[in-house]
Formats: sequence, structure tokens, C-alpha cells
Amino acid sequence: MNKKKIKPSSIVLFLVCCAVAVAMIMPFLWMVSASFKLRNEIFSRPIQWIPQTFHKDNYETILEKIPFSRYFFNTAKITIIITLLQLITCSMAAYAFSKLHFPGRDTIFLCYLGTMMVPWHAIMIPQFIVIQKLHLYDNHLSLILTGAFSAFGVFLLRQNMLSIPDSLNEAAKIDGCGPVGIYLRIILPLTKTGLATLTVLTFNGTWNDYMGPMIYLDKDVNRTIQLGLATFKREFDTNYGAIMAGTVISLIPVVIIYVTMQKYIVEGIAYSGVKG
Amino acid sequence: MAKKEKIAVPKQNGKLFRREWLTGYLFLLPNFIGFLIFTGIPVIMGFYISMTNYSGYGSKDFIGITNYVKMVGDSDFRNALRNNLVYSLTSVPLTILFALLLALALNKKLYGGRFFQTVYFFPNLTSMVAVGCVWLQLFESKKGPINQFLKYTVGMENPPKWFWGTTTALMTVVIVVVWKQAGYYMVMFMGGLKNIPPHLYEAAKIDGATPWQCFWNVTWPMLSPTTFMVTILTFIASFQVFDIINVTTEGGPGRATEVLVMRIYKEAFKYARMGYGSAIGYFLFLIIFLVTLVQWKGQKNWVVED
Repeated sequence: MNKKKIKPSSIVLFLVCCAVAVAMIMPFLWMVSASFKLRNEIFSRPIQWIPQTFHKDNYETILEKIPFSRYFFNTAKITIIITLLQLITCSMAAYAFSKLHFPGRDTIFLCYLGTMMVPWHAIMIPQFIVIQKLHLYDNHLSLILTGAFSAFGVFLLRQNMLSIPDSLNEAAKIDGCGPVGIYLRIILPLTKTGLATLTVLTFNGTWNDYMGPMIYLDKDVNRTIQLGLATFKREFDTNYGAIMAGTVISLIPVVIIYVTMQKYIVEGIAYSGVKG
Repeated sequence: MAKKEKIAVPKQNGKLFRREWLTGYLFLLPNFIGFLIFTGIPVIMGFYISMTNYSGYGSKDFIGITNYVKMVGDSDFRNALRNNLVYSLTSVPLTILFALLLALALNKKLYGGRFFQTVYFFPNLTSMVAVGCVWLQLFESKKGPINQFLKYTVGMENPPKWFWGTTTALMTVVIVVVWKQAGYYMVMFMGGLKNIPPHLYEAAKIDGATPWQCFWNVTWPMLSPTTFMVTILTFIASFQVFDIINVTTEGGPGRATEVLVMRIYKEAFKYARMGYGSAIGYFLFLIIFLVTLVQWKGQKNWVVED
């Protein structure tokens, strides 16, 4: 068979793939395009995909009339802290579950696995009550503390660490390396892929979280970007251009992460089977 | 899943062992405390609260299974459950169909395959709030681009009202969700397709099988574990739908798009019925628990016959 010959069927397939790609991307093109248009231009007929003049009025509205930069900063702060805390506490726990021996280890791990099945929505009310009792309502600590200790992170990293042969840490032990040294110098460097995957998943999940902030935050200055955007949309639902400008800003970090860390995002899908 | 390792312990009481125990507990501690307070305790507490009339403040009385009995006759709850079932039974098969078609297309060594994968996957990473804001404008019923197209290019006199129509709102949500998540499950299907040994296709070809026969006799049965997994995952996710609906229709028009999580949210945080909200939460948990049981059983039984 001559492989260089292009079959007509694969040309059709290619064209279909292109059409689907357009359908996937078109909403984002609309978003960017509308964000640079004046209000009366947005629904013009025929649609102008490239605005005649790029107006930055919408971005001025969103950044000056509402504290959008504040939302952005809040979200960045919460997301970074949660991601760091997850990396530290989950990797430590995963090390204990995979490499150290102590009574009750497997029972505790089973409890971790068991709670992964419970949907967050089922326990958000009691969790809210706990936060209220700790007087953390409308405080960023509420989101940080409820987001930082995930069973999923422990599970993901434990799976990674189980694939590291025990002979490595035993050799290190014989050479006089303590458990902390083994964790820092052997286990962590060999779990890089898992750590990167957890970073990307946590970052993305926290950045996009909407319901958590909706329940735990109240004051405008405390809001995160998703909550701020949704509230703005509700209050000014015909200010189409400004809503799109806010959406564009909210997507910037996600796009950066996707472009730089795509490999780890795809890697993370392998673990979704247990994420119930 | 939990791979059981035997704890190889010759003498449990040695000094060295107790030292390792201590190290183990110390490493576990930071995560465990947080996990216990913010997940462990709520799981148990929620079940108790679901059997009280707690309002969010003040005292609470134990009322047994009253909340659960109340659900049976609650028309708001039943409406939400029905909507949720309709949503699940449409979004799950549609997602699987599209994800599988995309995966099959990209599985062929196509020019630009990697680019297509990147593009198809992208919507999955964006937030439901952002996606909702954009699609609200695209589906705008009077002058939005989609209805402009249907009206002036296709010539439809009364294009659908999408998010604003009682009968179309839920299906519009389904369209957006399928658009957003198909790329994610496509990647899972692509993993499944890669695991099918090529010699099966070669054998089928020698036997003179058409591509259609190839699909139904090789690809589909060999892919069934992945399909099963994707079905379970999309089904579980479909029972937790909330963000997209709250951003676009807020449960409306009327209560045409109210779903279970929205009921939990409204009962607890709008009407201060934390007890009743928790009961619905535990009902949701029960559904997902049953689906997970099916998954466990299925994983054992669902062996591909060679």
C-alpha cells in the first residue's frame, strides 16, 4: 500500500475535525471580540468578528467601577496558598501511607478512600457549620482550610510513590539517612510528575471554584474572581461587553497553565476514575 | 485502588519500630487533622443534622427520619429530582457519543491531530461561570448570534428561546455541558483505544471485515471497560451539576432547570432549613454511593472476552 497517497475519506475526516475545532473555539473568539466592542456593536448584523476599532471601555468598566483586580488578587492568593498546602501536607501523608509502617495505617487510608466517594455537595452544610463555629465565615481561611487537605491529593501522590522501589529508601536508610532525609532527597524528587499533576489540578480547580466562595464569602472586597464575575453578570446582565471583558481576564491564568502544563493535565485524567 | 501491602514486621516492639511509628504519625498528622475537621467530622455530623430541624442558628431538635419522609411529598424536591434525571439521561449518552466520535477521529493518524486534541480539550479547563457568561450571549433569544443565524440564514421564523424557554432551557444546559466536557472524556477514550492490540485489527482485516464490522466486533467490545468507566464518571458528575445552571438560568424559567444541588443550596442557605438540606444531601450521596457500587461490581465482572 502506498502510504503517501491521501485517501478522500481522510480529507473528509480532516474537514469534520476542523469544523468541530471551530465549534469549540468560536465561543472564545466571540468572548474576546465582544470584550472590545461598544454595547451597540455587540449584536450587530452581520456579526463582526473583528471589531472595526478596539475599544477598551469594557476593561475600564470592569477594572475601575468594580474591584475586579481585587477579585483577581484574592483568587490568586487563595489558589496559591491552597496549592502549596496541598503539595506539602498531601505529599507528607502519601509518604507515610506508602513508605512508613505504623499500626492503623491501612485502616486510616481506607477512611480516606471512603470519603472520596462522598460528594462535596452532600457535606457542604455540615462543613459550613464547622466553619461558622470556628468564626471563619467571610474569611479567606474558610476556603483555604476546606480546600487544602484533600484525600484525592493523598491518593494521587501515594500511587506515584508506590511505584518507587523500596530498595531505594532502604539503601538510604542503611547509609544513615533519616525518614525526613529520605522524604526530601529521594521520594519528593522521584514524585515530580505526581506533584506537577496535583499542582495543575488543584490550581485549576481552585481558580474555577464558584460554589465554595458563594457559600463562604460575603463582602465585596473578599470575593473571588468567579463569584465576582457571576455577581456582576447578575447585576448588570445587559452590559454584555463588560461581562466578556471580565471573562477574558478570568481565563488568562487558565490559558497560561494549559499552554505550559498540558502534559500534566492529561496525566491527571488517569486518576479521575477514583475522584467520584 | 488500595493495594494492600503486608507490613513485614519481625518484632513489633523494638525501639526502632516505635520510632518509625512515631515518624509515620507525624508525617500523617498535618493532613489528617485538616481532613478530620473539614471532611471526616462533616460526613458524620451531616447525617445527624439531616435528622434534626436545625435552622443554622439556635437550638435543634432530633426529629428522626421526618426530613426524609418529607422529601417524598415535596413537589420542589420531586421536580428537581425529575429535572436531574432528565439532565443525566440526556447529557450522559450525548457526552459519551461525542467523546467517542472525537476519539475515533483523532485515533486515525490525522494531519494536525495533536492540535485538534489541544483545541477539543480546552473548554474543559475553563470555569462554568465563564462558559455560562459566554453561552448566555451566544444563545441570546432575540439578537444573539445563534438565533440571528437561525432567523436570517436558515430562515426559521421562530427560533428556540434556549435558556429562556421552559421546554428548551434544560436541553440548552445539556448542549453547553456536552460541549464543555466532551474533550475530557475524549482523552479517556483515546487512552482506551491505544490499549487495543493492533493484531486484532490485522486479523479482522485478513478475515475481510469492513470498517463498520471492525468497529462493532473489535473496537466496541475491547473499549467496553473504558466506556463503562466514562459512563459511571459522567453519571456521577451529572448529579452534581450546579454552577452552569446557577449562572445561566438560576433554576428557571419557573423551576424548569432546578436540580438536586440547587435544592440543597436553597433549602440550607436561602430558607435556613439546614436539616432538610442535609437530608437531600444524603439522598444525593446515596445515589452516588449506589452508582459507585455498580462500578465496583462492574469492574470485577466486566472482563473483556478474548
